[in-house]
Amino acid sequence: MANILLEMKNITKTFPGVKALDTVNLQVEEGEIHALVGENGAGKSTLMNVLSGIYPHGTYEGDIIYNGQVCRFSNIKDSEKLGIVIIHQELALVPEMTIGENMYLGNEVGHKFAINWNKTYAEADKYLKMVGLEESSKTLVKTIGTGKQQLVEIAKALAKKAKLLILDEPTSSLNEEDSRALLDLMLSFKKQGMTMIIITHKLNEVAYVADKITVIRDGTTIETIDNHGKEPVSEERIIKGMVGREITNRFPKREGVKIGEVEMEISHWTVHHPLYPERKVVDDVSMYVRKGEVVGIYGLMGAGRTELAMSIFGQSYGVNFSGELKLDGKNVKMKKSEADAIRHKIAYVTEDRKGNGLVLSQSIKVNTSLANLGAISSHTVIDGDREYAVAEEYRNKLKIKTPSVEQLVGNLSGGNQQKVLLAKWMFAEPDVLLLDEPTRGIDVGAKYEIYCIINDLAAAGKCVILISSELPEVLGMSDRIYIMNEAKIVGEMKAEEATQEKIMTAILRSGRGA
Amino acid sequence: MEKKSLTAVLKKNAMLIVLVLVYLFFLILTGGSIFSPSSFTELINQNAYVYILGAGMLMCMLTGGNIDLSCGAFVCLLGALGGVFMIVQGMSTGLSILLLLLIGVFYGVVLGALIAYVHIPPWIATLAGYLAFRGLGTSILSSNSKTGSLAPFPVSFQNLFYGRVFPTEKGVFNWPCFLFGVLAALLVCLVIFTTRNSRLRKGYEADSLKSAAIKSVLVSAVIILVMTKLAMDGGIPTTLLWVAGILLIYSFITSKTTIGRHFYVVGGNMEAARLSGVNTRRIMFLAYLNMAVLTSIATFTVIARSQSAYADVGKNFEMDAISACVVGGVSASGGAGTVLGMVIGATLIGVINLGMSLISLDANYQRVVKGFVLLAAVVFDIVSQKKNK
Repeated sequence: MANILLEMKNITKTFPGVKALDTVNLQVEEGEIHALVGENGAGKSTLMNVLSGIYPHGTYEGDIIYNGQVCRFSNIKDSEKLGIVIIHQELALVPEMTIGENMYLGNEVGHKFAINWNKTYAEADKYLKMVGLEESSKTLVKTIGTGKQQLVEIAKALAKKAKLLILDEPTSSLNEEDSRALLDLMLSFKKQGMTMIIITHKLNEVAYVADKITVIRDGTTIETIDNHGKEPVSEERIIKGMVGREITNRFPKREGVKIGEVEMEISHWTVHHPLYPERKVVDDVSMYVRKGEVVGIYGLMGAGRTELAMSIFGQSYGVNFSGELKLDGKNVKMKKSEADAIRHKIAYVTEDRKGNGLVLSQSIKVNTSLANLGAISSHTVIDGDREYAVAEEYRNKLKIKTPSVEQLVGNLSGGNQQKVLLAKWMFAEPDVLLLDEPTRGIDVGAKYEIYCIINDLAAAGKCVILISSELPEVLGMSDRIYIMNEAKIVGEMKAEEATQEKIMTAILRSGRGA
Repeated sequence: MEKKSLTAVLKKNAMLIVLVLVYLFFLILTGGSIFSPSSFTELINQNAYVYILGAGMLMCMLTGGNIDLSCGAFVCLLGALGGVFMIVQGMSTGLSILLLLLIGVFYGVVLGALIAYVHIPPWIATLAGYLAFRGLGTSILSSNSKTGSLAPFPVSFQNLFYGRVFPTEKGVFNWPCFLFGVLAALLVCLVIFTTRNSRLRKGYEADSLKSAAIKSVLVSAVIILVMTKLAMDGGIPTTLLWVAGILLIYSFITSKTTIGRHFYVVGGNMEAARLSGVNTRRIMFLAYLNMAVLTSIATFTVIARSQSAYADVGKNFEMDAISACVVGGVSASGGAGTVLGMVIGATLIGVINLGMSLISLDANYQRVVKGFVLLAAVVFDIVSQKKNK
């Protein structure tokens, strides 16, 4: 039996009005990968913030015992000194600095008044090699992709002599390939004796890497599952613990939805990159969607899915457009204007809800009405009462959990933010909804609710285009699936015929990585 | 519960409380002369330009913390041109006002287009005006006058922007002014209660009866007090009408109209606003067009009061407007702030200025005091907001 490296005993953390953690217990053995799972807001991040000293000793109750000693961290430096290093979900790298500079930020090598750059870069290169990143440490961070940036974060943690590495949603912005590589890297670290805690929503990853899985729900530890059995722990088993009930089907059935006429059709749709106009980001794409149909678009990251959707939505991305757009069988010459797209009853629900979807500093009410202010105002004067009523209506319809629609969107959890974003576009009353990664970074329960909303939309005769990089989601939700790769549509199949293998084959056959 | 809500109210109105405290402080220090009728008139006339420019600056700042550095220098240029039109050329007041407004519109269109459509950062685009306009204004003045200033403006112009409505002699109580105050107070109470009733009828959250009553009493008391004081000092200054009119309009625009909403969302998240169908460029354009037009109106109140156009007119006005906004809680990164907040900020600065000149503090020390008081006020505001969370 390996010895216990970390034990968190009866941790209770209260914020004004809320008990975020309630006597949580966590035991991590030396040299294991311990997964922490739970819905958004269950308290995983709070627990890790307690551990790393972001919430200093005294602001919580309970004990942290690390390496047999009771620890009282007053800030993050204290915990890092002992080798507890946390890598946050939102990457904390400075884009304008080099990899090396970033890795030693706040931890500079050299004298008090002079940084030893030669040593910095030499050391940095050493750690980059350990994480398998083939980049010079003098490369600017902004020039490498998110997958590589994540590796830089890990190298940075190693440079701090990490013994216990905490990864908060490390793969949430990575594609499948990069995710798999990262998980394998974790496994190789484990062989070298590193202890890791991983927080993630992706249950297949948990089953793949974790030795033990601790489930947290509503601020308390529910159970710790051992993943050493012959069979890996099933996802259903974990979900049961997370939501407290069994979700028998992760994707709700759509029943009795009549699929009607073709509502929107594009043909020979070509879009060029706004900065490099010679590059095609969407190349001769033809596709259609019927009333009441959910059409999935699957592709790896960078396949051009977002670019396709945004270019349909009032040419909000790209330059030098060509091709035809038909709505209801009629050719439409749309101007380069988002307002025009909304008038033509097209909605684009962005993948980046914080970046370009929601105004976080404004209330749920303001965000809900934003895309269709005309409907609640007369002669440009907003009817405040009607706006309130609309926001309330969507709050109930979409089960947005909030004390009031006057609540700032920035204070909501990811799942609830996603619902507000959907509410905004549903209130715009579109016929065609382009949903770009509608369930990214939200928990299982909220995902299920979003799927139900998608089904309701289809039942109401709307066309839904579901863009996703999660294969099970595309397979589970779509009536028909387009497969995109390198700016082109490389396959189309009915949901009944589609399988993961067929889709991946279509992508591989189209050239990339074959 | 009762106590909790009281502290919440106090925290929400931290800057208002600072204003009251600073006022009381000067009340003691000046031996009551800041409470005299003429001080009230002075406060309004002296700060009219801050309120007007503040409204324009608010709109610019809402779009993302953008500012207009050129407005002070533009006041100088417009003042000089106004002097040439009215004094040198002898044009009619009406025509001169129209011409100056048109020049304001012209500058606004050019500036707005540069910022919104050519994507010149506002800081740089307005810096050009900041440098050029005062030079231009000064050279116009010196080529038209040996002293370098033009005076006096026609009486009709002064009456329009620095006169009184139904004027009476000093010492004679001005009844129209008082009645106007009572009417305004009644109107405010009416608005508070009708909105409360309509919200209750529809089942929404509304103020409790007690807080609505307290609010009405306080606001009416302040209005009637101010108007009584003004009635004792010759009547309503026309400046007050201009300022009140503009503030009411902008208060309405920012809180009740779709275009006002667009200013907030553009500042809150430009990309999200664009993808929601908001014409973000047009909003940027309008912000600066609006600023230039308001600068013209501010110029009228300033040169009517000084009765002359001179090289230093409008100096640091941009800073006054920006400080009024920032002290009044307008976010320096955009997307948040209200007209009422800006008014409180501007009044605070005005009270400090007036109080210090009443005790005839040395001008250099005045700046020192002003700097520290403003810093302290904002620190107090931010710290109390933090505790609120």
